[in-house]
Amino acid sequence: MIPAEFDYVKAGSVDEAVAALVAGGEDSKVLGGGQSLLPVLRLRLNSPSVLVDVSGIDELRQVTDEGSSILVGAGVTTHEVMHHALVTAHVPLLSQAAGLVADPAIRHLGTFGGSCTHADPSGDMPSVAAALDAEFVVAGPGGRRTVAASDFFVDFFTTAVGLDEVLVAVRLPKMDGWGSHYEKFHRTAQAWAIVGVAAAVKVEGGAITGAKVALTNMGPTPVRATSVEAALVGGPATVEAIAGASGSAADGTSPTTDTHADAEFRQHLARVLTARAVTKAAGL
Amino acid sequence: MTETVMRTDGAAIGRADRRKEDARLLTGRTNWTDNIQLPGTLYMSCLRSSMAHAKILSIDATAALELDGVVHVFTGKDFPELAGSTCVWPVTDDIKMSTFPAICLDEVKYAGDVVAIVLANDKYVAVDALDLIDVDYEHLDAVVDMEEALKPGSPLVHSEMGTNECYVARMPCGDYEAAKAKADLVVRRRFINQRLIPNTMEPRAVVAAPMGMSDEITIWSATQIPHVLRVLLALLTGIPENNIRVVAPDVGGGFGAKLQINREEVLALVLAKKIGKPIKWTETRSEHMVATHHGRDQIQDIELAVTQDGQILGMKVDLLADMGAYLQIITPGTPLLGMFMYSGIYKMEALDFTCTGVYTTKTPTDAYRGAGRPEATYAIERIVDEAAAELGIEPLEFRKRNWIKHEEFPYTQIAGLTYDTGNYEAATARALELFGYDELRAEQTARRASGDTVQLGIGISTFTEMCGLAPSRTLGALKYVAGGWEHCTIRALPTGKIELVTGTSPHGQGHETAWSQIASDIIGVPVEDIEVVHGDTGRAPYGMDTYGSRSLAVGGQAIKMAGERLVEKARLIAAHQLEASPDDIEFSAGTYSVKGDPEKSTTIQAVAFEAFTAHNLPDGMEPTLSGESTVDPMDFSYPHGTHLAAMEVDTETGMVKLRKYVAVDDCGIQINPMIVEGQVHGGLAQGIAQAMFEGALYDNDGNLLTGSMGDYLLPSAADLPSFITDRTVTPSTTHPLGTKGIGEAGAIASTPAIINGVVDAIRHLGVTDVFMPASPQNVWRAIQTAKNGGAA
Ligand SMILES: Cc1cc2nc3c(=O)[nH]c(=O)nc-3n(C[C@H](O)[C@H](O)[C@H](O)COP(=O)(O)OP(=O)(O)OC[C@H]3O[C@@H](n4cnc5c(N)ncnc54)[C@H](O)[C@@H]3O)c2cc1C
Repeated sequence: MIPAEFDYVKAGSVDEAVAALVAGGEDSKVLGGGQSLLPVLRLRLNSPSVLVDVSGIDELRQVTDEGSSILVGAGVTTHEVMHHALVTAHVPLLSQAAGLVADPAIRHLGTFGGSCTHADPSGDMPSVAAALDAEFVVAGPGGRRTVAASDFFVDFFTTAVGLDEVLVAVRLPKMDGWGSHYEKFHRTAQAWAIVGVAAAVKVEGGAITGAKVALTNMGPTPVRATSVEAALVGGPATVEAIAGASGSAADGTSPTTDTHADAEFRQHLARVLTARAVTKAAGL
Repeated sequence: MTETVMRTDGAAIGRADRRKEDARLLTGRTNWTDNIQLPGTLYMSCLRSSMAHAKILSIDATAALELDGVVHVFTGKDFPELAGSTCVWPVTDDIKMSTFPAICLDEVKYAGDVVAIVLANDKYVAVDALDLIDVDYEHLDAVVDMEEALKPGSPLVHSEMGTNECYVARMPCGDYEAAKAKADLVVRRRFINQRLIPNTMEPRAVVAAPMGMSDEITIWSATQIPHVLRVLLALLTGIPENNIRVVAPDVGGGFGAKLQINREEVLALVLAKKIGKPIKWTETRSEHMVATHHGRDQIQDIELAVTQDGQILGMKVDLLADMGAYLQIITPGTPLLGMFMYSGIYKMEALDFTCTGVYTTKTPTDAYRGAGRPEATYAIERIVDEAAAELGIEPLEFRKRNWIKHEEFPYTQIAGLTYDTGNYEAATARALELFGYDELRAEQTARRASGDTVQLGIGISTFTEMCGLAPSRTLGALKYVAGGWEHCTIRALPTGKIELVTGTSPHGQGHETAWSQIASDIIGVPVEDIEVVHGDTGRAPYGMDTYGSRSLAVGGQAIKMAGERLVEKARLIAAHQLEASPDDIEFSAGTYSVKGDPEKSTTIQAVAFEAFTAHNLPDGMEPTLSGESTVDPMDFSYPHGTHLAAMEVDTETGMVKLRKYVAVDDCGIQINPMIVEGQVHGGLAQGIAQAMFEGALYDNDGNLLTGSMGDYLLPSAADLPSFITDRTVTPSTTHPLGTKGIGEAGAIASTPAIINGVVDAIRHLGVTDVFMPASPQNVWRAIQTAKNGGAA
């Protein structure tokens, strides 16, 4: 539980952080809230030579109203995501899911950006971002670029953020008029999701007119349950119809087997929990 | 929730005093072993085998030795004869005893076994160096499954033994075959009491340091057993016992995991002596998961022979008990600590007990909170539910037909133990009242009728256990190589303050408070004037330490005797000073007065000063005032209780929720009801955790899959409901204070209550058992298997 030796740089701005990453080369790593990276270092699963701490960068700590979207800085803590007025008002799915992450101590240190960049398949924030078609603002030596959620999550613990890049912020569309629910299935309060389902639906005149569903821990990256979405849209907002549509939730997923659940059980859970999440999102 | 506060003569016993030790423990102002910083310390780190079973072909430490700050690297070749642990309980005449090397010489036998150790000037360097040691292994097959291990042709853990069978212990009581022949029904189940990893807040830690002014080496260790450890360290290292002082400073939890002699302790001591510098080692949590002994791990084949009208005739118990790779302090004896308890609170004609100890290439097992009794209680309380279900009798009614009635005590049960007192009817009645049993049964019926996704079950556990190991002769008869006595010295200091020296070694239990309360009543000195000295063989030379709910049950008796002896000596001095006959001196609340002349009086504090100056003592009396006692208990004590759990099971996901838990315990007289409450709560959490959350898993190659807390789930307060607890009070008649023991009761009783509740919730779906922990997957599988017509 003792990490190997490393150098530490505290960056004051995004540019400074990028410069430090470039200077540090391949072995440098961004440090956000440290709630995932420090355990990795302590277990000696990784031993970067330089840590570039971005937690002091002002720009990363802002939550901004952009009109039709909310821009959440990568350094905003999970606790702040849970309680920020703009988030609770316009992207309640994110704040509700944030409240189910880990425990209060970890939520006060861990950051939204760190969660997304860590890209743990069992992380809750990535599937919310995937469900809502979030956009990721990434800064590197060549300037800034925007990456769609569908391109951001690449593999287990791997995102589109390059070794010399910093995630600056995440843009989430306002979900005004939508209902949403994050259904997290876990055995103890502070445990990771065995399976999670992020669901947002728009119900108009008793019918579902929009549906966004993403699954946590059903593959190396968040999985959009596109067949469920397609089956829901245009159908009635009833418990039966939702249950029917959710039957395909596990199609095309490739969950792992671990000490908490095997792949078969995860696929079963995905179907049951998708129905539950969508039903709650639809307010039924 | 303590309504009845029982008092004996004085005022302190029975009072819910706040714990004296808590201010320093809760604010972190105490010194844990890892806080001890001595100049010149060398930090020890251990290179642990990543393989479960392998030959060590070569070890190259060149690169590690070149690292700045590394002072030494030692391998098994440096200490080929040194044992790192030992077993004090060879349970049968033909048991196959393993030798546990301090450092493995040519073979590793579990993932976590030590192959080399590093000493460095800096603890970070000590860990860095481990990555630089190159070990060349030759893979050997792992032995993971106990039944496979016993098959001919299985790879062997200890090849020289020719078998993985460590021992077979039998205890036939009565004639089981005859009982079975009379039975209308024989209920059979295989229960798996899974492997658990005891987790204490404070991991293990040790500092060993030569003290310079003599040949003494002091060893501070986060241990439950400083006294026993001293003896064993002397035996294993050859360092004379009188040169070893063991100190257990404040210790952050034990649960049996620190009832051990560990190779890290042996090595620290030997190296401190060899090198002449302080040696320090502190376990990391990851090391703890593989290297501190594990608990439970039994396959239990249980039969219960019953009549149609619900009378238990006999029970057959056939256990496979996983020893792991080596025998440690009481590894083989741990399953046998439950041997006498399989009949629980029930009357029966026969109990046929067999236990086979099996070596596997896994972390050694040993005592874990309850040690043997949780396994026994699980088996009997689960099988009576199963028998009741098969007979169609309400499970509580089935228990009532078979339990020992309160008027039948003292009762000698089938395994030969004599339960002194008990009142199962009273505890059960109180539990039912607190639980709302009938309402919950009605809700259960309604949920079944409506086919609710979430089904409700009620789990019952009417348990008893044995505390206060044990009369020394009994231990001798069981081949245990130590006694069961306990010691106390109470010294009245010249200033009137009291020093109470106990041989028990608390690690969270609150002995300082409770022992002060007992002594306060007996010698009439305020609780705050009593200082309890413990856990240091230099200051408290005699003791048998703390485990098995023994500290109050045995140690409490020694406090009482020592206190009474002190009071009697002081009475003689008081009589002399007051110029009265000792028979005419009354003692009450710390004051000696002459009968009929209360003006003529003196206090125990004043007498203490007189005893110190010795200016005016009775002829022939020795100066100083103290009382001393070493008590060998008359018998075990038998706490009991009734626990009820309301379990909700989501039949779609298998998720289990504990909705309500009622625990009514009978631990006899309570010295401090608040401490009792704390022990009950902690015990419940641990027993419930076995049922719902915890479980060590290995893959087929012998790798521990649950090596972190992400995989090995421990519940926090957020995962447990607020427990509803109460006590009935049936004083023990074999213990002078009327006390029993409460340290393990919660952990013993609660596991079957939870699983009985889970099974009860889904029995109508055809489920008759659920593997522990009752994880969603295990419960869901049980339901699926039953649906598909298989036995669950
Ligand atoms: C006990 C425990 C339980 C947990 N339970 C959950 C849970 O239930 N659900 C859940 O979702 N999470 C859980 N977490 C993870 C937690 O939410 C972490 O905070 C989060 O995953 C990482 O955020 P961080 O800011 O701490 O990132 P860090 O640990 O600092 O970094 C994580 C990774 O992201 C990179 N990184 C961080 N910030 C940036 C950035 N701005 N730009 C580029 N790269 C960056 C780092 O280089 C590193 O690779 C748990 C953690 C613990 C310790």
